[in-house]
Amino acid sequence: MDTVRMLVAGEQGLIVEFGNAIDPVVNARVLRLARAMAARGLEGVLETVPTYRSLLVLFDPLVLPRERLASEVEGLLAAPAAVEAPGAGGNTVELPVLYGGEFGPDLAFVAQHNGLSPEEVISFHSSPAYLVYMIGFTPGFPYLGGMSSRLATPRLPSPRVKVPPGSVGIAGNQTGVYPLESPGGWRLIGRTPLRLFDVDAERPFLLAPGDLVRFRPVDEEEYWAYLQVEEIRAFERRGR
Amino acid sequence: MIIVLSPGFLTTVQDEGRRGYRAFGMPYAGAMDRYSLAAANLLAGNPPGAAALEMTLTGGSFRFEEAAYVALCGADMGAALEGAPAGNWAAFPAASGATLSFGPAARGCRAYLAVRGGIEVPAVLGSRSTYTRAGVGGVGGRALVEGDILRIGPAPSAGPLPARRSLPGRLVPPPCGGEVRLRVLPGPQEEMFASDGIDTFYSSPYKVTDRNDRMGYRLEGPAVRHKGGADILTDALAPGAVQVPGDGMPIVMMADCQTAGGYAKIGTVIGADLRLLAQSRRGDAVHFLQCPEKEAVAALREERAAYAAIRERFPDAGE
Repeated sequence: MDTVRMLVAGEQGLIVEFGNAIDPVVNARVLRLARAMAARGLEGVLETVPTYRSLLVLFDPLVLPRERLASEVEGLLAAPAAVEAPGAGGNTVELPVLYGGEFGPDLAFVAQHNGLSPEEVISFHSSPAYLVYMIGFTPGFPYLGGMSSRLATPRLPSPRVKVPPGSVGIAGNQTGVYPLESPGGWRLIGRTPLRLFDVDAERPFLLAPGDLVRFRPVDEEEYWAYLQVEEIRAFERRGR
Repeated sequence: MIIVLSPGFLTTVQDEGRRGYRAFGMPYAGAMDRYSLAAANLLAGNPPGAAALEMTLTGGSFRFEEAAYVALCGADMGAALEGAPAGNWAAFPAASGATLSFGPAARGCRAYLAVRGGIEVPAVLGSRSTYTRAGVGGVGGRALVEGDILRIGPAPSAGPLPARRSLPGRLVPPPCGGEVRLRVLPGPQEEMFASDGIDTFYSSPYKVTDRNDRMGYRLEGPAVRHKGGADILTDALAPGAVQVPGDGMPIVMMADCQTAGGYAKIGTVIGADLRLLAQSRRGDAVHFLQCPEKEAVAALREERAAYAAIRERFPDAGE
């Protein structure tokens, strides 16, 4: 409670800030409040947006004045909560990744930059369970935490015009997956055949804040098998 | 059906926006000028948030393949129905086969064309709004092109189409563009700005640059000085937020804005005033005025009261 700040983000926004660091314990408090708000189901709360260290609560001040919302939030924060391990509230999602080759054109650079072999890069990258701290800035993009510092690599000096969806990259000490085709400056080390964002799917967003992500290296045969299944699903949905 | 003879500069299907998915990185999209969207829909006899066309700077040309009841609000693009002036902030029947054409807006930026029954495109995640960056919503997730065919949805109420009608003058906002005053609620990171930086922000005129779109408006003028750095640990963004990056030039986030960002936010433009910026274009002047929260909430209440007044006047409009 002591470190919690409430900030104004316009007349329809309240930010509940728990700290100022990328910290799994801080993030767990954010997600716990998000879940508590959802369970409370206050009339006038439009939606909540969890980030690394804060929860943005969007509300209708004509239905729920800020003072009342703030005291409700304080009540939820004061309620005793079981201590949860980071990621405890989420799912573990395995993303198959074909590393290197044309899908991971920067694998060799990342290896060389860190004095590793490409195999070691793959091994370091695919061993942790990464925490999805938040999703943003574009639909489905996961901000992942937990990458080995031995893989840290600066961004490309000049971004690529087109990065294909599913591309797995490294930027500084972060790793991430591109849900959409977009320009991008991350070093690409592989690609997943799974769709992180597909509006037509029953679950349009594969990942949610609080999930854990594991990358599993696959060979080309398995990659194409996954891709085929994804395409058949997409085809069937279009036919419905 | 409506046939798009020419789309204009940038015309998209927009409704009140895609709500409830910002936690997954999905922007609202939706009309940039929500008052004009709501007024057009209510005039047409629709619920205020129904799907309509949002035209930008220069409007298009459309042929109705069935009789329709059409409403126009927002920037005046010199609408002509079969060559005769069609007016603005008004609704009128269009016969089957009639062509409705628009030109460039003399001032302002965005015009809304609503039809009774709404523009019928599939709802994606609960909204018909077009979000072009992800190819979601509207017609194929993109701006309209020549030859597109738009279906008109079922009318909310049966009965003959009303005659021509106009929005009462007191509910028509003053003409847009040129120079706007935007009321701002300070925060969430005002403390990251130097006190002379805050003074600069609230006392200087800014100009809309050519880097303005549905995502955000970049402004130029005297630099707003931070105390230290401009970067924060990435946190949530919503429309209205005023980000100030290291160069000190404010960026006001708009309907399509990304859900997270890493620059300090000096304040948030109040909801009722955001439409004024949406109606601004390159070269227009912007002034920021600090505003107490009470006033921001009162402005929102006035906006809702205006919708209620329109609905009272034209009771065939839906909820």
